[in-house]
Amino acid sequence: MKRTVPLLITAVVGFTLIGAYFVPYTQSWGETVAIWFDVLAAIAFILGGGNLLRSHLKRISDQQSGWAYSIIVLVSFLGTLFVGLGKIGAAPSPQFPDYGWSGNYRQTGSAFWYSYQYAFQPLTATIFALLAFYIASAAFRAFRAKNLEASLLLATAFIVLLGRTFAGVALTAWIDPANWQGFRYFTGLRLENLTVYIMAVFNTAGNRAIMIGIALGIVATSLKILIGVDRSYLGKD
Amino acid sequence: MPPMGWFDLNRIWFFGLLVMLCGAVLAYILAARRGMQIKVRRIAGLEAVDDAVGRATEMGRSCLYIPGVQDMNDIQTIASLTVLSRVAKTAAEYDARVEVPTTRSLVMTAARETVQAAYLAAGRPEAFSPDQVYYVTDEQFGYVAYVQGLMVRERPAACFYMGSFFAESLILAEMGNGVGAIQIAGTAQPAQLPFFVAACDYTLIGEEFFAASAYLSGEPDQLGSLKGQDAGKLIVAAGILTGVAAETLASLTGSPAIRSFVNFLINRVLT
Repeated sequence: MKRTVPLLITAVVGFTLIGAYFVPYTQSWGETVAIWFDVLAAIAFILGGGNLLRSHLKRISDQQSGWAYSIIVLVSFLGTLFVGLGKIGAAPSPQFPDYGWSGNYRQTGSAFWYSYQYAFQPLTATIFALLAFYIASAAFRAFRAKNLEASLLLATAFIVLLGRTFAGVALTAWIDPANWQGFRYFTGLRLENLTVYIMAVFNTAGNRAIMIGIALGIVATSLKILIGVDRSYLGKD
Repeated sequence: MPPMGWFDLNRIWFFGLLVMLCGAVLAYILAARRGMQIKVRRIAGLEAVDDAVGRATEMGRSCLYIPGVQDMNDIQTIASLTVLSRVAKTAAEYDARVEVPTTRSLVMTAARETVQAAYLAAGRPEAFSPDQVYYVTDEQFGYVAYVQGLMVRERPAACFYMGSFFAESLILAEMGNGVGAIQIAGTAQPAQLPFFVAACDYTLIGEEFFAASAYLSGEPDQLGSLKGQDAGKLIVAAGILTGVAAETLASLTGSPAIRSFVNFLINRVLT
């Protein structure tokens, strides 16, 4: 029963929504169910938030290594929750000036807005900025001319990287029919044009092949889940 | 206002293709149940799962499993949980610790059930701790910052990145490489595949990731679905060849009949 009911729900709802896509009366059901999921996920956040509080409080009480960071996590979490729910610093809405909580918690100048603009955004941007350095280190390791395929990869990466910079454009700017009429047959060899050709033809072809495989994988996996062949997502037997 | 029909005729071709693809998958599942032998090519990333967990056990370090950054409504997350089931079972058998930080509460709940079931299946229910699977934050880069810190402190010996990833993919993979972990990744996000291929030891590319549950379970039903997927690929390849041949002939010959066939394919079948 514990497994049969979820399997039945999965099958009935899944096949109903697939059928709903083809019936004009029911084509909006998919969007409606997606909204239901968002509501469920928002309520389920209570589980996650509770787990977060429990695990960090345990670290503090056990004085595990790094417990000071858990204090920072809890203070940030509870502080943001407080200023958001309490709409601290948010002016009342002009439509309801007599009600203090009628304003938007994300209003410019509110405490939540300040914490988002001046704490959260810089921290997010900092982590995102690390990506540039990680790309450089990954490229340094990956682009080695060890064999034919790796050499081709290196040459292609070289062309595409250069072709997207001003230096690359300047390097082959001399291939111009204005300099010599014969160059009109070779403008495709300019780095920026080679880059466009590589991305539009080779990269797109490979991308589409992968996406076709992914789409077929999604169809097969979804069908296995709907008909109950794959039940591992349910957990216990 | 004209009355709505019971079937959207604009989607009839899509319905036909869906029936063909699903029919192929179902047919091969039924054939596998009747005893048809199905051979699946070796997928290096999945073969390496046992080795990776074994390495973690020998080194006395933990395994880190990242089930992606999306919620349970993403098929990649569900596929990730099927792989997690196998990784957790192997970890339980080898007595290695597997840690699963999640970005979504529902994923945390489902992953906890999955890992607990895996430990039970391995005969080690007492080794399971609910604290192995925990929620971190919904925020993408906050999650990445936490996992980076975890990798630097705990230095896991094996890292598994299975699911839907975005910009954080390379950050995670490079950090894992920096701490010397063996890394196995799998995603169906085409934009993130190059990063995983460059930085990880093994990468499951697109459909290999979805094939993982069938490959690891070895059940005839599941292997039959892989064969059905391949049949689907043949159907798609036939369609591509037909369209390319028709367009080429239409361009070379200028035939109005072939051109109208090509237009029919573009405007009716492919929309």
